[in-house]
Amino acid sequence: MSALLEVRDLTVRLRVGGSDREVITGTTLEIAEGEAMGLVGESGSGKSMTAKAIARLLPAGAGVEGSVHFAGTDVLALSGADLRRHRAKVAVVFQDPRAHINPVRRIEDFMTESLRTLEDVPRAQARTRAADALEEVGIDDPARRLRQFPHELSGGMLQRVMIATALLSRPLLLLADECTTALDVTTQAEVMAILDDLRRDRGLSMLFITHDLELAGAVCDRTSVMYAGQVVETSAADRLHADPLHPYSAALVQARPDVTSTAERLVAIPGRPVSAFEAPSGCRFAPRCPHALDSCRSTEQVLTGLDAGRVRCERAATLRGRLLDPTESPTESEETADA
Amino acid sequence: MLRFLLRRGAMLVATLLVASFAVYGALDLAPGSPIAALTGGRTPSPEVLAELNARYHLDDPFLVRYWNWLTAAVTGDLGQSIPLRENVSTLIGQRIGVTASLVALTSLIIVVGGVGLGLLGALRKGPVDTGVVLVSTVSAAMPSFAAAVVLQFLFGVRLGWLPVLGTGTGFADSLKHLVLPALALAATSVALVTRVTRTAVREELDKEHVQTAVSRGLPWSSVVRRHVLRNAAIPITTVVGLTVASLIALSAVVETAFGLNGLGAYLVQAALNKDFAVVQGISLVLVVAFVVTNLLVDLAYALLDPRVALGSRAS
Repeated sequence: MSALLEVRDLTVRLRVGGSDREVITGTTLEIAEGEAMGLVGESGSGKSMTAKAIARLLPAGAGVEGSVHFAGTDVLALSGADLRRHRAKVAVVFQDPRAHINPVRRIEDFMTESLRTLEDVPRAQARTRAADALEEVGIDDPARRLRQFPHELSGGMLQRVMIATALLSRPLLLLADECTTALDVTTQAEVMAILDDLRRDRGLSMLFITHDLELAGAVCDRTSVMYAGQVVETSAADRLHADPLHPYSAALVQARPDVTSTAERLVAIPGRPVSAFEAPSGCRFAPRCPHALDSCRSTEQVLTGLDAGRVRCERAATLRGRLLDPTESPTESEETADA
Repeated sequence: MLRFLLRRGAMLVATLLVASFAVYGALDLAPGSPIAALTGGRTPSPEVLAELNARYHLDDPFLVRYWNWLTAAVTGDLGQSIPLRENVSTLIGQRIGVTASLVALTSLIIVVGGVGLGLLGALRKGPVDTGVVLVSTVSAAMPSFAAAVVLQFLFGVRLGWLPVLGTGTGFADSLKHLVLPALALAATSVALVTRVTRTAVREELDKEHVQTAVSRGLPWSSVVRRHVLRNAAIPITTVVGLTVASLIALSAVVETAFGLNGLGAYLVQAALNKDFAVVQGISLVLVVAFVVTNLLVDLAYALLDPRVALGSRAS
């Protein structure tokens, strides 16, 4: 598998007020051609910023270190027409279609703008392609929809328009940034199924950003988990549920409600999520981690390979297989066992 | 669309009816009489007075006179100027061209200058933006009569580039005579439109849909034109419309300052001469122009923003 996208040690700082705030620290991930990678984490963990860095959509004045390579080009070095070409090859499906589609332009304008401006496709031909794309995402009477304005369509319909539009320009990579979060549950499932189908048909690579571990597991080949601006684990998506490597991933898996039984009380991770700039030194998850030792708090953790995955935890090998065991209560006994 | 036009048409007629009544009634209540202006302060003999009153129907009850004036006005006959013994419509016709050209040229300056400067300030942060804010602040603080004096001194007297007084003959010469008055009249409004454009464009630049356009790899110029400016055009049009409507009334000051033979200057002169019919006529024309401009703004607004449903608008 050759990597289409390779992100190495990506660190992003944003200017907030007068000071620089770190939002991502040393993110590393790669996506192969045709692969779907899930990116999971709580709000503020740096998922969206990672996507923005890949599409070069960070606000002006953002400090970026590390490297992003896409289809053989150094993305961070691009400018001008080359940068625009790169953006055209990376399609973004945003979270809130109503805000992300210009409200005063017709659906046809929105859908065909790229084709007509960048590829000089004649109007009639662009319209036919847009209508076909709408049909593909399950919107009937596309001719009428093309003439309508965004406010005349429902949220689910608009997100399908957004997906259809993203695919129209034949991108190499799809960045789906919480693209179903703003929709209600049934619409969510529909939109997700359409997105998954179309992506597989085209063999398109995707970075799927979500805070829904389950959803990521269903549509992705591999999943990366982010915490406080760092990738803490990358594993095969189906394995993450059964055999998480990082205590944070395990806590996320445990925190999701079980659909087969009625839980007395949902398991929550103690403490609150932190952002990269306020993270403690050493392991960033240590203050909330039931397995943390003193050495965790004092040493910076590095992303290391373990089995087929990667994990940012020095105790991962020791804790392997015990993270999900409810009888395993992390107490002093564990510490002595380790020592 | 048709329903909207019909309703707006009905509102327009109602507005004009009220306005015409106010214009006619106010002058009727004003001190002095047209006869006094005509006779130059001497007391005419009772016979002459009766003769004059009968000729100009001054003895009729107020409502009858208003009705006669209004029905004639609808057909384009605004009555007779008593001191000049001339048709008011003719008098207005001779001057309306100057005022219309002045307002048109001023509007052009306001739109091009205001939108241009505002866009410049919004897109180029730093010293350029500071410059735009500075220029617009100075310009906003300059009432048109003060701007008139400054412009006359600078371009007319010092530099001698442009004529300072008069209307001029022929197209090119008339235009030359209109440049300074139009600049003086535009000063405050350009600043207003600049500020509104700058704010609207800034706001639009931060919108998510603009980010979408950027993320699709569209050239910056087309993002600005098709998404930023296109959407910012909605508030800009509103403020341009209101500004242009107000110019119609403000033109009086500038026309007087530059000795232009336009409607505004003539309105002031007629009021001083107690030429009631002319004052009523010009006022009515100005009101019509104001109301029609506002109607056009509303129409443009609905055309620019598809979310405004034409048929169901309450106001």
